[in-house]
Amino acid sequence: MPAGAAVALTVRIQTQDFDAAAECAALTAGRADIGALVTFTGLCRDEGGTLAALELEHYPGMAEAEITRICRTAIERFGLSGITAVHRIGRIAPGANIVLVIAAAPHRHAAFDGASFVMDFLKTSAPFWKKEHRADGRAGDWVDARESDARARAAWSRQPSGG
Amino acid sequence: MTRIVYFAWVRERIGKNEEQIELPAGVRTGSDLLSHLKSLGDEYAYALEHETAIRIAVDQEHVEHDEPLGSAREIALFPPMTGG
Repeated sequence: MPAGAAVALTVRIQTQDFDAAAECAALTAGRADIGALVTFTGLCRDEGGTLAALELEHYPGMAEAEITRICRTAIERFGLSGITAVHRIGRIAPGANIVLVIAAAPHRHAAFDGASFVMDFLKTSAPFWKKEHRADGRAGDWVDARESDARARAAWSRQPSGG
Repeated sequence: MTRIVYFAWVRERIGKNEEQIELPAGVRTGSDLLSHLKSLGDEYAYALEHETAIRIAVDQEHVEHDEPLGSAREIALFPPMTGG
């Protein structure tokens, strides 16, 4: 990133859906120094038709603060031009959007690494929890944390800075 | 008094979203707090049974179980996170 270039950081938690294209346009508006934009969208997945919806709970205040801390770390580590991170809460139906991360950088590797880093840390340290609502009406369970997510996060401390 | 907040299945098992607790002088770390809370009743003992599964945040920042709680205004207890 050229010295003095602005860093655009937007973090939002909301119940309503988001528009990835509109968020990309907002992140790059008025800027000619961004050469790469990587967009990740996480969706509510139903394996086997048993899920009616996911209920997303969060820790108000800390959720925003933790995602902001993660984004600032990524901006510093990969030299990003900006990040937009939007996380939905409340009841989310299968197929609907849950999370959006857009990483902007002068070049593609930083943008890919930035988006991946933010997601790996968001999943393991941003205070959100998913509860299942089952299609058959029986009480659903809280989703368990995955060991593979912890490994993905840990991998970032074993490799040199990307970019 | 310290505000203690609970989330996800910790909240469901304890049966409350939050409460104000006067922490005894011996409660210095997160581990001390878990031990103290587990002595308060069966619902706490059940919610906090597997201590290594409980995450702790002090004033909205993650801390390890052995870190001092200091003069925390708000302490949160919750399970491993599953957002994203």
